[in-house]
Formats: sequence, structure tokens, C-alpha cells
Amino acid sequence: MQKVYIYKKFERFWHWTQAALIFFLALTGFEVHGSFSFLGYEQAVESHRVAAWMLLILIAFSIFWHFTTGEWRQYIPTFSKLQAQIRYYTVGIFKGEPHPTRKSVRKKLNPLQALTYLGFKLVMAPLLVITGIVYMFYRTIDANNMVIVSDIPLEIVAFLHTLGAYLIIMFAIVHVYMTTTGHTPTSNIRAMLTGYEDLEDDSEQPLKDENKKEE
Amino acid sequence: MKKVVFSIILASIGILILIHIAYDPPLPNLGELKLKQEYAIKPTSPVDHSLFEELQKDFNSPQEVTEACIECHNQRHKEVIASSHWNWERISYVEDRGIASMGKSNVLNNYCIGASSNEQSCAACHIGFGMTNDRFDFDNARNVDCMVCHDNSEEYRKGSAMAGYPDRSVNLTQVAQSVGRPQRMNCGACHFYSGGGNNVKHGDLEESLLSTTREVDVHMAANGMNMTCVDCHSAENHNIKGKLYSVSSSDENRLTCDHCHTSTPHMDRMLDLHTAKVACQTCHIPTYAKVNPTKMEWRWSEAGKLKDGQPYHVTDTASGAETYMSIKGSFRWEKDVKPEYYWFNGHATHYVLGDQVDSIPVQINRLLGSAADNRSKIYPVKVHRGDQIYDPETNMLIQPKLWAAEKGDSAYWKDFDWQLAAEAGMKRVGLPYSGNHEFVNTEMYWPVNHMVAPKEEALSCEECHSRDDSRLAGLNDFYMPGRDSHAGLDFIGRLLIIAAMAGVILHGLGRIVSAIRNKEIESEEINTNYNQ
Ligand code: HEM
Repeated sequence: MQKVYIYKKFERFWHWTQAALIFFLALTGFEVHGSFSFLGYEQAVESHRVAAWMLLILIAFSIFWHFTTGEWRQYIPTFSKLQAQIRYYTVGIFKGEPHPTRKSVRKKLNPLQALTYLGFKLVMAPLLVITGIVYMFYRTIDANNMVIVSDIPLEIVAFLHTLGAYLIIMFAIVHVYMTTTGHTPTSNIRAMLTGYEDLEDDSEQPLKDENKKEE
Repeated sequence: MKKVVFSIILASIGILILIHIAYDPPLPNLGELKLKQEYAIKPTSPVDHSLFEELQKDFNSPQEVTEACIECHNQRHKEVIASSHWNWERISYVEDRGIASMGKSNVLNNYCIGASSNEQSCAACHIGFGMTNDRFDFDNARNVDCMVCHDNSEEYRKGSAMAGYPDRSVNLTQVAQSVGRPQRMNCGACHFYSGGGNNVKHGDLEESLLSTTREVDVHMAANGMNMTCVDCHSAENHNIKGKLYSVSSSDENRLTCDHCHTSTPHMDRMLDLHTAKVACQTCHIPTYAKVNPTKMEWRWSEAGKLKDGQPYHVTDTASGAETYMSIKGSFRWEKDVKPEYYWFNGHATHYVLGDQVDSIPVQINRLLGSAADNRSKIYPVKVHRGDQIYDPETNMLIQPKLWAAEKGDSAYWKDFDWQLAAEAGMKRVGLPYSGNHEFVNTEMYWPVNHMVAPKEEALSCEECHSRDDSRLAGLNDFYMPGRDSHAGLDFIGRLLIIAAMAGVILHGLGRIVSAIRNKEIESEEINTNYNQ
């Protein structure tokens, strides 16, 4: 085992801010949806909108980060060990078998994770973001009598947005649970907090070279 | 170094955002302040009519007063003669009907039903003298009643059942010398008491507005802006702004709040966006009939019960309101009423005498509009329900003759005979009557515009945006966040969440159990090793 710096500062900042914002957006969003009352409708709407803007800015930064660092390659799905990974979570984990894949700075995600997160980034997040933006600018008649978005029925926008919301909550539940399947139940979470994780020491490259390569 | 600068910038932005969320500085609403200043200065009369010699004499008839007015104001009577207060009707284009002249002569209501054949009594609210029947001369300027609107002494009063003539006790000289801008009582004399008593018809226009508080009406309150009716209902050439849709039908010469307040009066963009679809009244008049009750239901079918051959009435001891009258039937009154809400684009259609009834309850007037129509807004409405006389064979509502001075003149209020009243009334309006009558349910729609509450009492979001008991529960032709949702999606969504939770819990338990079991096996192995 070797202590490896795996999650960089921005990545951790991005991850936790996004987590908090999504949690808050779910809370206020479902209050807007009428599922419960908590902050009060007016406050829920305002907060949802502010948090949505914060999330949009964060997403913009994270897209920039992913492309400039090349980290986006982490999400390219590989199918070679996908089946083994699925077998591990459904069978192997109960037998105390070892993880079929190895986590490293270059390969932080196992094939199943890569696929799921890709789905998150390409389906769930855009679904929420696009419908959310349409929702936000949904006006029938603006103050200046400018018709902006009114030909798409709000019903459909809200349906898709809410669908995305349910999916993301489901994702979050499973995601949080899956973090407990690391070496120890808390090792993954600790890594995302501190940046360091104990990984098997036969990682191909020492940390420093790795960073250089990425640049 | 760069990193430090960057994180400081980021932290500052974060803090600014948080401050913005947590603290909204109360900005002054300059538009509103300006309006308040403007209306704080009350108009004063440039002349004193009591000094005019022409008015310092005894008038033998009210017509003489009118002549005196016309001597100086020598064109104004023409304006009055062109107005709907005088003509009791208006020509307009009405959807599905074309160009039509509609007014009190051919449009009914579900209170006292209609003026035709009852003019002697109903003309107490006509701005003229001597409208005793349908042969009134609408071109005779002498019969224009200037005083009813312009008397500032509160001396002038129309006589009861005197065809629009003033009460005999009125001192015409005093009235003539104290004319001026119409005051609340001038308008109120008719508009507060329409339908036969205070607040019967409108619900939001009644005598408590003569002197009221901000809680009841922010505009008219003595401790508020202290405005009079004509401050808003201004007139150009005696054509007064504002429409009452019990008789009006077109979106023209209307008076809306945004004439003064603009369509973006709030200091909040989210609220301002609502004004495209929601009338100001909807949020700012949470309830009407705040002081005195208004009639919500009137059942003519119960009229005519007599005690010892005599008509009687029943008064509710708590509210003092009449709940039964032999001449009119039974009533239901309500105070502090939450309005009903409808889409309305400023156009209305009416049941016009002679029309076929096409729906039951009959809609005596119908406010037009829908969510899809972008001229429509959601308005608060008083809906007055009741039943009234109807001819099942001709399928028409009946104009009954209600009023007469004496018995034996076919008037229902004297003879209590619907048959005679229907016959006489329909004959007067020139329509057939089969000899059969029934009572049919009717509805009338009165947009609520007055009794604007202080802004703190405006509806909160939840009053409408809520799943249960939304005030707009009845308007189902559009999607409203918080009220509406896709039931199927909610079901599946919840199912997904429960499935995820269940899966996670089961998986977790499985891991714990297998971990324990694996440990046991391990320790067994160790134990056996040890034993060897
Ligand atoms: C950038 C992302 C997002 C944007 C721009 C956005 C925007 C909006 C807007 C404008 C509304 C309508 C209420 C209002 O006007 O405030 C709304 C409603 C809602 N939002 Fe979001 N939102 C975003 C992310 C999310 C997320 C992450 C969730 C949940 C996890 C969520 C859940 C909901 C729900 C459930 C509703 C209620 C929909 C309805 O019942 O009509 N939103 N969102």
C-alpha cells in the first residue's frame, strides 16, 4: 500500500460543492414541485434559482478543468472488465473476493463507474440543466411583451426536469452507498476529502511523473 | 501566489452570493412613492357655484336646474346624452353575436332580473328624470340629471319609484349651489345599493367605503390615500373609464391598475413576471365583502310564500341581513368571501332577452378567456348563483313585471302571480310567452376590483402554488408549478427512490452478513490451525 495523491484540489472543491448544490437543489426543487413545504414556496423558488446559477457556473468551470487537464479521458468507457466488475458487485463482494480492477491516478474509475458517470454527465446533468434553463427563462409574455419561450408547454419542461431530478436522487443514493465499497467503508470518502488514498503500490508511475504527463 | 489570489477571489464571490441570498435590502419603491405624492394633492374647485346669480333662486322642478347648468355648460349635456349612464346601453362588437347594442333594456341579471316593465322603480338609478317606461325620450337634454352625480352637499336624493325624479324633500337651490366633482356618495348612491340594498350586487362596492381603513381598501381609506371613485374612474367628456361586465362586453375604455401602477410595479422580477398572466386584483384582493355581507345566492323559486295572506320577510339576527322576502325569494349572504378565479380577456358575452338557453345553469354573463389566449389574465370573480323564472317551451328566460304602484296591475310584488307577471313582462319586451314557467339555475360573473388590501396581506405564493386547496384549483387549462404534477412520474420516481434505497440496504446487509460469515470461516480456520 502506498499513499497516493489522487484527487486534486479543484476536483475535491468541485465534487463537494456540486454535491451540496445538488442536495440543496433537490430540497428546494421538490418543495417547488409541491412534495413538501420547508423553506416556504417563495424562498424555495428564489433559492432554487440562485443555487441553479451557482451550479451552472461550477459546471462551466469543471468542463474547463476536465478538458484542460485531460481528466475527461477518465470517463471514456472501457468494456473489457465491465462484466467482471458487475460480477464483483453482485457476487464477488459477498465472498470477500478482491476488486477486479485497480484504482490508480490514471484510472480512478472502474469501468462501471466510468460508464455511470458518463451517463450522469451526458444524460442526467444535461437533462436537468437544459430543462432547468428553459424553465428559468420560461415566460409567456415578458415585461416588454417579448415572447421568449412559450411554445414548449411548461408541462413538458417540468416533466423532464422532474424526471431528471428523480434520476439524480436515485443516482445519489446508489453513489453514496457505493463509496463504502472501497478498501474500507470510509477510504473512498476520506480520499475525496483529503485527496490522498492508500492504493496498491504497484501503480505504474510515481505520482510526480504522472502529473507531468497530464500537463 | 496565483492560487492564493484565485481562492481569495473565489471566496469573495461566494461570500457576496451568500450575502445576496441572505439579505435583501428594502429598496424604496420610487414609482409608488411618486404616485402617493401625486394623489396626496386633492383637486379643488376653481369656482364657487353658490356665488352665481343664476343659481340663487327657487327651482320649481329639477329640469329647471338642468337648464341653469346648460346655460353655462352649454355643450356638456351632449356628452352626457352620448354616455352609457344615460343610454343604459352601448353598441359594441361582441364575439359570436356581431355588432350589438346591449344594456339594461335587453340584458338580464339574476338579482332583480331586469329593468324592462319596472322602469318606474329602477330608474331611481338613471341619470335622468321621468323614465317611466320604454318610451323615454333619450334626446331631451332637459331630462339630464346633473345633480345626482355633481351634488357635493349630500342633500340630493332620488325618490323611490319616482322614475328618476328627486325626492320631494330635496332643496334644489342648495344642491344647485353646491355642485362639484363627484364624491363617493354620488357614485355610491347607485353603485353601492344596486340590487336592492347595500352591497347586494358587487360585494366589493358598498357604503363602508364612504369612510374606511387601509385594511379594507388602501385607495379609499381615510388613513390611507383617501381617494374618491373618480380619481381612478376619470372621465373625458363624461365618458367614464371602467367597465362593469354584468352589462359591458368589450375590452374598451377599461380601467386597469397598470394605468397608474405599470405592469412592473413590484421590486421583484419574479412577481413582475406574474403580471403577464395574473391580474393585480387576484393577489391583492384576498377577500371581498370585508365589512358587510354580500348576496351570493338568490332563489326566486321560493318567492311568494305568504303568512295570513300577507308578504313577510325573515332577517338573520346575527348579520341583520334578510334571508327571505316573499316578494323576492330566499337569499344567502356571505362576508369576507374568497373570490373564485377565471381567465378573462376583457370581453364578455351575455344572455340577451330572446336568446335560447344553451346551458344549465344559464350563464347570464360569461367572461371570455383562457390560458392559451395571451390577452387573458386570471381575475378574481364573485359568482352569484340563483334560480329565476324561465319558459321551458320557448326555452327563454322570462322578463317578469315585478313593480307596480297598486295591486291588479300584474306586478309580482303586488299580486304574487308569476303567470300574470310573466305575461305582462314578456309582452312589454315583445317576446312570446307559452303560458308555462319553471325556475332555472343561473350564474352571474362579477370581476372583483375594489377593496384592495395592504400589500402585506396580498396572497402568498402557497395560496395558489400548492397541491391541495390551491385557490386556482378550478383553472385546469395550464401547468402551474407546485399545484400540478404528473402523477405517473411521481409514482415511478418514488418507486425508483424506494428501489434504490431498498437495493442499497439489502446489498449492505448482505455485505455485513457475508463479512461476518467470512470472518467466522477465517477464524475457524485459524482455530483449527491452532488446534493442530
Ligand atoms: C442548473 C441546474 C438547474 C436549473 C437551472 C434549475 C431550474 C429550475 C427552475 C427554474 C425551476 C422552476 C421553479 C423556479 O422557477 O425556481 C425548477 C424546478 C424544479 N427543479 Fe430545478 N434546476 C436545476 C437543477 C435541479 C436539480 C439538480 C434538481 C434536483 C435534484 C432540481 C429539481 C427541481 C424540481 C423537482 C423542480 C420542480 C418541478 C415542478 O414540479 O414543476 N433542479 N428548476
